[in-house]
Amino acid sequence: MVVGERKPFDEITGMLEGHKKIMVLGCGGCVTVCLTGGHDEVRVLSSQLRMARDNAGNPIEIVEKTVERQCDPEYVEEVSGIVPDVDAVLSMACGAGVQYVAERYPGMPVYPALDTTFVGGSTKEGYYVEKCQTCGACKLFYTGGICPIARCSKSLLNGPCGGSTKGKCEIDPEVDCAWQLILDRLKSLNRMDLYEENMAVNDWRTNRDGGPRKMIREDFQR
Amino acid sequence: MANFEPTIVAFCCHYCAYGAADLAGSMRLEYPPNIRVIRLPCTGKITPVFLLRAFEKGADGVYVAGCLEGDCHFIHGNLVAKPRVNYTKKLIQEVGLEPERLEMFNMSAAMGPRFAEVANEFTERIRQLGPSPLNKKMRRVDTEAA
Ligand code: SF4
Ligand code: SF4
Repeated sequence: MVVGERKPFDEITGMLEGHKKIMVLGCGGCVTVCLTGGHDEVRVLSSQLRMARDNAGNPIEIVEKTVERQCDPEYVEEVSGIVPDVDAVLSMACGAGVQYVAERYPGMPVYPALDTTFVGGSTKEGYYVEKCQTCGACKLFYTGGICPIARCSKSLLNGPCGGSTKGKCEIDPEVDCAWQLILDRLKSLNRMDLYEENMAVNDWRTNRDGGPRKMIREDFQR
Repeated sequence: MANFEPTIVAFCCHYCAYGAADLAGSMRLEYPPNIRVIRLPCTGKITPVFLLRAFEKGADGVYVAGCLEGDCHFIHGNLVAKPRVNYTKKLIQEVGLEPERLEMFNMSAAMGPRFAEVANEFTERIRQLGPSPLNKKMRRVDTEAA
């Protein structure tokens, strides 16, 4: 899932200065699962904003709404009846969702309530970790299912580096060395032959270095 | 603030704290009429939304009362509630309310006197803190209107 974190409260209130009636728009996708931008979080943030503004003697009216996903135009369309009645939209989706809302409603200020942080998953409820950096050419076959790009601090393809100590990465004794994990896993799979092969230097053009990316299913094109 | 009578919302679990409140009543123990009890099946039901809405709707103080730790009727509902209450303290601090206006207590159904004691102590704490800043503003508007 795409993981995001709520922005600092002061940053959010700063963006909303001067606005009297807004919509706080949640997303039912990834940010619901990682507990930062779904229906409940919309209610929490809206409550907080109303109280903070009441406290400052400058009340704000808030329409609370959550759609299935903000990264698909048909769901963003669902709020078309509400948008004309507000003077700004605070989106609690990831950066992609915020942009869909902004694109659909020209002339309407659309602000992000979250900092979109990474693609990952949960270790336990409420605890999320980065797993993939969307490099565009997955290497997990060679590395026993552990990502060297996202989980090695230096994104080394032929690790480990000299900083690997007792299974931990030199950046932080709490962080596992991805290459130690890769080695352990390849050993347990009896695939150390994969480790012996040198991986070629990475072609970052499939990553962001090639500019914005797209994916097209031609059988869906009309 | 001597004559300030706070409004306090107490979210009590059905199996322990609500039982304790009931017992306090049967024992004819006195506790302040400021407490508005809301019964929950279990404190594990509590979320930041409930707590914030209580403040938003005019509570000067809010507390959650559940079973003793290790004795929850639903095994660990009270341990689910505890970090949520602590997290919500930060949320109310962000909007300018003192975190002391929110608290979690634990008691068994047999602890009627403890229920009354908590109600007294918490009411006194909120009296010392004064009205919620949100209510102060509302009251001022009321006076202006009058
Ligand atoms: S190798 Fe690339 S695509 Fe595969 S998990 Fe790592 S970053 Fe993601
Ligand atoms: S210690 Fe391990 S994870 Fe850290 S940079 Fe070196 S190889 Fe990568």
